[in-house]
Amino acid sequence: MGSIIRVDHLTKHFRDIKAVENLSFTVEEGQVYGFLGQNGAGKSTTIRMLLTLIQPTSGSIDIFGMDLQRHRKEILRQVGAIIERPDLYKYLTALENLRIFATMSGIKISGKKLMDQLAMVGLEQRAHSKVKTYSQGMKQRLGIATALVHDPKLIILDEPTNGLDPQGIADIRNLILMLSREKNKTLLISSHLLSEIELIADSMLIIDKGKKLVEGRVNDLFDPAETVVELKTTNDAAAFEKLSGSDFREFVQQRRNDCVLLKLHRNRIPEVLKELVRMEVNVISLHSKHSLEDYFLSLTTGQPHVEALKN
Amino acid sequence: MWKLLKIELFKIFKRPRTYIAFGAIAAIVFLIQVALKFDGKSYVDLLMSNLSGSFEFSDEFKNKLLNGYLICFVILNTLLIQMPLLVALIAGDSIAGEANMGTLRLSLTKPVSRTQYMLVKFAASVVYTLALLIWMAALALFGSMLIFGTNDMVVLRSEGIEQMKDFDVLWRYVAAFGYAAVALTTVSALAFLLSVFAENSIGPIIATMSIVIVFTILSEMNIPIYDKTIKPYLFTSHMVAWKGFFYVKADAEGTTINGSIENLPAVLRSLGILVAYIVLFFSTAVWVFRKKDILT
Repeated sequence: MGSIIRVDHLTKHFRDIKAVENLSFTVEEGQVYGFLGQNGAGKSTTIRMLLTLIQPTSGSIDIFGMDLQRHRKEILRQVGAIIERPDLYKYLTALENLRIFATMSGIKISGKKLMDQLAMVGLEQRAHSKVKTYSQGMKQRLGIATALVHDPKLIILDEPTNGLDPQGIADIRNLILMLSREKNKTLLISSHLLSEIELIADSMLIIDKGKKLVEGRVNDLFDPAETVVELKTTNDAAAFEKLSGSDFREFVQQRRNDCVLLKLHRNRIPEVLKELVRMEVNVISLHSKHSLEDYFLSLTTGQPHVEALKN
Repeated sequence: MWKLLKIELFKIFKRPRTYIAFGAIAAIVFLIQVALKFDGKSYVDLLMSNLSGSFEFSDEFKNKLLNGYLICFVILNTLLIQMPLLVALIAGDSIAGEANMGTLRLSLTKPVSRTQYMLVKFAASVVYTLALLIWMAALALFGSMLIFGTNDMVVLRSEGIEQMKDFDVLWRYVAAFGYAAVALTTVSALAFLLSVFAENSIGPIIATMSIVIVFTILSEMNIPIYDKTIKPYLFTSHMVAWKGFFYVKADAEGTTINGSIENLPAVLRSLGILVAYIVLFFSTAVWVFRKKDILT
């Protein structure tokens, strides 16, 4: 596997604002690469530089082993992208939009193939409807179809699930996984939602204030079984006290106004529940959050998740 | 390149608002033609009133005067002042409209160079301008020729009248419409340049019209100090030079020389200045756009 994207000491300043600072990372062929950061961390600026929409202040970008500035056209022929919202020509139909972007991508494509593309994102029934009549989720799917219409090797999706309902998010996730597993595409996906990235990414990069915080394979960065549990009971004070005096005292992190926070291995949750029953604590709800989220928040806010929840 | 131009034209002509300009031209031409059909004599009397002290005109001459060629001249005089707005509606929207819709960023992630993109966008604006002019020619010239017939053409000037034989008129209109196309392309290039700086199309359209209005006022003002210092450099001063095709030379006896133009070098100089403005506006637009960070 060779590297598809190689970013080296990339920097972008907008006058006094340092949007991206000395950022380096590599995306390998066939990977789903998660690009994470809070809103305003510099993800979109980086992606826009990868797509030549923004000129870097310094640094270099190689894609498919070629320098992006010198081989822009050859590279972009093999790249499909959505940047933030999937804005399309609202007064045109889905099919017309798709045909326009296929032509701009330099390919000749038959009407049947365009319909197949729309079918892949579930829009074949609405191919002849104007985009202004589409819901946000449909626009997002059509945006993905336009990004894929020329069968690119590299797909860059900037916040692809923004504004979607849970079903829409699941659809996009499944599509990404299908593209990666069945079509062997390389995908770079940015998001500010860790829960979204962890379900699909092989590797990830977390940035904050334009700087790299951490990069690596998802499995190497955290223990997926570690979890933070929010426990709500009829009497949180009593529950906190009883758990603090039990064999599970090492997992008790904090008592808040409306819950008790525990940090433990997922397998041990049933034991905690049994113990709570034994101690006659009435449990109202138990909500488990991934420890990766904790990890992400601790990196981007400088405090662990449990600390962040206190505020 | 041709495929990209076809896309741009498809996008322009798929928008209902594109046809507003065509509708507006048709309405104005129709209203002028109807008014002159039913009350043309009053209009001719009004035109002749300034000259009636020096010349005596027979009714037969006045009737000959009101023909399709004169009507088209009247319409051109009226409409070529309003046309810049119609042209700016599309050219001002070229880049700014795409930025506003959010489609600019998607388009520029495609393997099309920014210079190529600008060339295609501008070419589409020019095609639209030509389409408007052809539409106007069809209605104002050929429509008026059908309704009013043809005859010798008389053009009134402050210094007197210009008379052309009917067989000597049509080529002048072809030249005048060609010149008008260059004049309107200048406005189109200005709106296109302003469009690069904006993220919605209202700004460039209003800015273009403001510039055209201010420059036109300056061009028309009779202030001697401006005649040599400002006016020769304003593109609006040269936009009206199409009338030069209807000013003819006369021989020693005062007889019109068929096929002549009174001051062809002046017309060509004005044409050259307009072309220079187009090149300046367009190349500046490309230069700015190539360096621009797309943040919309």
